[in-house]
Amino acid sequence: MSSATATHDGGSASAAGSSEAPNYLNHQKTIRSWLLTLDHKRIGVLYAVTLATVFLIAGLLAIAVRLELFMPGETIMSNDAYNQTFTMHGIMMVFLFIVPSIPAILGNFVLPMQLGAKDVAFPRLNLASWYVYMIGGALVVTALLVGSVDTGWTFYTPYSSSGSMSVLYMTLAIFIAGFSSIFTGINFIVTIHKMRAPGLTWNRLPLFVWGLYATSIVMVLATPVIGITMILLFLERLLQIGIFDPALGGDPILFQHFFWFYSHPAVYIMILPAFGIISELMTAFSRQRIFGYKAIALSSVAIALLGFLVWGHHMFVSGQSAISGIVFSLITYLIGIPSGIKIFNWVATMYKGSVWLQTPMLYALSFLFLFTIGGLTGIMVGVLAVDVHLHDTYYVVGHFHYVMMGGTVIALLGGMHYWWPKITGKMYNETLGKIGAILIFIGFNATFFPQLILGARGMPRRYATYVEEFTFLHQVSTISSLVLAAGLFLVLGYMVHSLFWGEKATSNPWGAATLEWTMATSPPDPHNFTRTPIVTRGPYDFHLADEVFGPRHVGDGAGDGATSEPALPRETEST
Amino acid sequence: MGNSNGTVWLPEGASTVASEIDWLFYFVTWTSLAIMLLVVGGLIYLAYTYRRRSADDAPQPIKESKLLEISWVVIPTILVLLVFTWGFQGYLKLTVAPPNAYEIQATAFSWGWSFDYPNGASSNNLHVPVDRPVKVNMSSEDVLHSLFIPAFRVKQDVLPDRYSSVWFEATREGEYHLFCSEYCGTQHAEMIATVHVHSQTDFNEWLADAAMDEDIPLPELGERLFGQQGCQQCHSIDGTSGIGPTMQGLYMNDRLLQSGETVTADENYLRQMIIEPTAQVVEGYPAGVMPSYARLSEREINALVAYIKELE
Amino acid sequence: MATQTQETQDVQAHGDGHGHHERLQHHFLSLDQQFGSAKLGMWLFLVTELLLFSGMFVAFAVYLQWYPEAFAVGAEALDWRMGLANTIVLLASSLTVALSIHFIQKGNTKAMITSLSATLGLAVVFLVIKYFEYTDKFANGIFPGEAFNPTGSYAFLDVPNAVQYFSIYYVMTGIHAVHVIVGMGLFAWLIYRALRNHFSPEWYTPVELGGLYWHFVDLIWIFLFPLLYLI
Ligand code: HEA
Ligand code: HEA
Ligand code: HEC
Ligand code: CUA
Ligand SMILES: [Cu+2]
Repeated sequence: MSSATATHDGGSASAAGSSEAPNYLNHQKTIRSWLLTLDHKRIGVLYAVTLATVFLIAGLLAIAVRLELFMPGETIMSNDAYNQTFTMHGIMMVFLFIVPSIPAILGNFVLPMQLGAKDVAFPRLNLASWYVYMIGGALVVTALLVGSVDTGWTFYTPYSSSGSMSVLYMTLAIFIAGFSSIFTGINFIVTIHKMRAPGLTWNRLPLFVWGLYATSIVMVLATPVIGITMILLFLERLLQIGIFDPALGGDPILFQHFFWFYSHPAVYIMILPAFGIISELMTAFSRQRIFGYKAIALSSVAIALLGFLVWGHHMFVSGQSAISGIVFSLITYLIGIPSGIKIFNWVATMYKGSVWLQTPMLYALSFLFLFTIGGLTGIMVGVLAVDVHLHDTYYVVGHFHYVMMGGTVIALLGGMHYWWPKITGKMYNETLGKIGAILIFIGFNATFFPQLILGARGMPRRYATYVEEFTFLHQVSTISSLVLAAGLFLVLGYMVHSLFWGEKATSNPWGAATLEWTMATSPPDPHNFTRTPIVTRGPYDFHLADEVFGPRHVGDGAGDGATSEPALPRETEST
Repeated sequence: MGNSNGTVWLPEGASTVASEIDWLFYFVTWTSLAIMLLVVGGLIYLAYTYRRRSADDAPQPIKESKLLEISWVVIPTILVLLVFTWGFQGYLKLTVAPPNAYEIQATAFSWGWSFDYPNGASSNNLHVPVDRPVKVNMSSEDVLHSLFIPAFRVKQDVLPDRYSSVWFEATREGEYHLFCSEYCGTQHAEMIATVHVHSQTDFNEWLADAAMDEDIPLPELGERLFGQQGCQQCHSIDGTSGIGPTMQGLYMNDRLLQSGETVTADENYLRQMIIEPTAQVVEGYPAGVMPSYARLSEREINALVAYIKELE
Repeated sequence: MATQTQETQDVQAHGDGHGHHERLQHHFLSLDQQFGSAKLGMWLFLVTELLLFSGMFVAFAVYLQWYPEAFAVGAEALDWRMGLANTIVLLASSLTVALSIHFIQKGNTKAMITSLSATLGLAVVFLVIKYFEYTDKFANGIFPGEAFNPTGSYAFLDVPNAVQYFSIYYVMTGIHAVHVIVGMGLFAWLIYRALRNHFSPEWYTPVELGGLYWHFVDLIWIFLFPLLYLI
């Protein structure tokens, strides 16, 4: 209890120890109990392991892409092999990794806890979503083994409908994996509507919950469209039904409309939960109420809805009419405004706060930097006349890695570090954590900033080889990607290490104020809370969080989770 | 090539629209940089000024400033509306070709380009006169392709069974890259051509020369076509094997086919291979890789055959 | 953010079920909450279904505009009487499903089982009619895609782009038929549970959700019928 002076790495051991209460990790131990679990926390862990594996594979494919591009001409693989490599990289990263990533790992684990619920509304559907995902993943692997998919992740017809038959597996895989998204989306919306603890009004929802809510709306509304698109593409390839193939009277532009009608909103599926994580991190590590709570919450929903009206900005040079180009461009910019509101609010949150630069906060600050670059380059490619030059060049590749890797993945890493003690009950090594975060930040920028320049100078994307004048920038990018990879492997290394040898975590090592920290042990009880919480204040009202910092704010909860275990609320005057 | 200089970000422009687009590009870049500085400056300043000094820090909530919140909605809105207006005016300029433009037909195929000029000339690389609007009408023979000339800042997808077009007015003589920027399979990255911008007199000369098809002897025309049609991308004439077999010494040779038959590579065989390459597939090479060249004229096919016959 | 506890909701009380309805799952606080969740979930699912079909409606609209003549000819080849018969069959089945909910609310399990069985029967009738429609077409070479080769009394379909019409026809009605088959499975399962007396006026969520689903399948057909057969 008395650790105002405690160092933060690993938390002070004093509060830990004591009796071994059963927690969700150790109350059942068999493999079977994991594979048939209905516990949202365990399902989150299943997803974490699966998705880390997918990210590793897809990331290694990216490194192969970079190595091939180290020099013009053939470096390590043939054109065909290259085309298959970037295709698999794109498909795995998008459909199998980043779309499910934050909702399925952290959303599953944290959402019910932040709501004060025992589980999501439909635990069985939740487990089903993981199995459905696994079937989709197995089909992707099949496609990889039986043949060669080299269509790019966008599957443009007629190339995709006239090439290799293994496209059939891939379309089926994406159709099936889509259900996993839909299940998660439905589950989250219902959970948020129906499962909030007493007193947890909409105005008191943590912003991570708002982010997941907005994401779920997009998942439910957009995913069915990629489903039907994939069915039609499947039939086109199998039976030549002539819907998308111009040689048979179909319209390839229609395919692009269908594809982007899903895939643009999908980019907000990827980023909205990341926004949620950043909100949690910025407040927890500034120990300050978030600046503009309502603005941040509602701008997520605004982005989700506006996101359905801009898909045509991927098709400025495809031959759609000039009028639609203009309308799509205008709405595209409008999305910059709610996004800007968020960025500025996050920065302002530090004002008169107490900013603690732990690893998760370093990721949050990196995110602000990287996502702003990503977003502003997005505005650039939204400028009609300029996009004519930049479309399908490395500028676009740079843009989307800044938002996806620099945005979503960085936020995911920040979130993983932040909730790691809660999920595993262990602390990771803080020094290595900081080194990793900095290495990733530097490696990332040095990999992808040169790609922005390459693109503006005219380097087209999806090129297995290139003309001489681009060599230097490609080499910078390739070498830096190895630095980036080293940073990620370091993270993987100390995370795994901490599982076995990490210091025990206390229930609230960061002094955060949301329910999963204040009301639950680390790792949590199988039923999350031993008592159903009753909520009487907002999620970021640190000055009212007496159960964390003690009454009258003489706080002893200096970030070492100095409350008793579990953090039972004290007797205080009620609302 | 003439386009490796320019600024840090952009290759040197060589068309009338380039300066306008570059201006927009830099306007957005500089504005973005200003916004970045604001965000990063604020971030570093606040993170440092309010760094945690003691684990007991107990900050009090602050009052939110309405003025601040309104300003970061209004200022970006003004900025994006500004950029939008310029952006779509530039776009309209790019989409609408001047009526007096010189028209060239382009055909994209996997994996190459063929340009046809009004006087019947045809070429593999694009030749245009300087200081004169040029409109390229395009269509594709198979999948999607896209014509991209970075120095001119233009790009337009090329579709099968449909026409699209792109126009530009080159302002500097020289040679520029022409890339295929829509993914189209194995040799997408090699579907590169060169744009030759000539002075009007040089252009006329080149045009007359290229249109001489009728007069030049068949083998010579064949040699030219062999380069223009992209045959040399897959077939060597020096005995080395590429994507396809070499053409050296092919004529009257015995060829082993995948079907197991052996045939003699006479004129008919060569002709058949060019028109319908899948009909007889040579052992040791993949089927379906070589595109059909049935679209060539009778005279052009004869010319190719005549040329291959000469490659002893 | 919690400063109080609520003894009555103590999780320790769960499991042995005292005070709780036997159908209440452990993570819900009340039957009301559980039912509300299930219903909201079903509605969201139906929204995704709607979007799935709207993709096809968009494709239909686009090609109708591109190839109006071919689509007119295609529609002619469909027998509107069969389509109308199926519309009536489905409308009737929607009624029987509604009745089954009415009956269970009144506690009349037997009548509920009868009307559920009627619904199941009507779904079978629908598929039988569809079967005759399909086989008649197949027999005359009307397949989706490449294999399209109209002969016999359908030879008049040998016009450009009629194949698009039939591709879309087969995809739309095919996916709809899959939904009907899923619905049949659902009703079989509901009847099985009803026979074992699982439902009561207090708790009949699955019946209600099954009904919602079936009304949706019916609704889609109400759109498909005029679009495909009459336009
Ligand atoms: C996480 C994923 C993600 C996110 C969040 C975004 C966000 C945005 N994207 Fe991006 N995008 C992709 C993933 C993403 N994108 C992918 C994968 C592709 C390529 C697909 C492919 O072809 O393979 C792509 C391609 C793409 C294109 C097509 C380019 C082309 O192919 O030619 C366009 C064009 O408009 C675009 C625009 C935008 C815009 C305007 C935003 C906005 O949401 C950004 C908003 C944010 C900001 C603007 C920054 C913060 C704001 C401020 C600091 C305030 C000040 C701002 C102003 C004054 C405007 N994106
Ligand atoms: C989530 C999305 C995502 C992510 C994270 C990445 C990550 C990376 N991408 Fe990729 N990329 C895409 C999505 C993504 N990409 C898409 C959609 C395309 C377009 C495809 C197409 O055109 O069809 C593309 C295309 C693309 C290209 C262009 C290819 C071309 O057009 O020819 C390039 C080239 O440099 C590239 C590089 C990289 C690199 C170096 C990384 C690196 O950041 C990767 C670093 C990762 C690792 C090295 C793995 C290490 C992982 C672990 C150790 C696991 C441990 C786990 C934890 C720490 C939790 N990517
Ligand atoms: C994209 C690659 C590609 C291009 C371009 C290409 N070919 Fe081929 N060609 C092949 C391949 C592969 C084969 C062997 C397989 C086969 O028989 O189809 C082949 C076979 C041939 C043969 C038979 C060779 C033998 O050894 O019997 C001839 C003749 C030929 N091509 C001529 C041409 C001509 C003329 C052109 C240009 C007008 C051309 N090809 C363009 C790939 C190509
Ligand atoms: Cu042609 Cu890429
Ligand atoms: Cu987009």
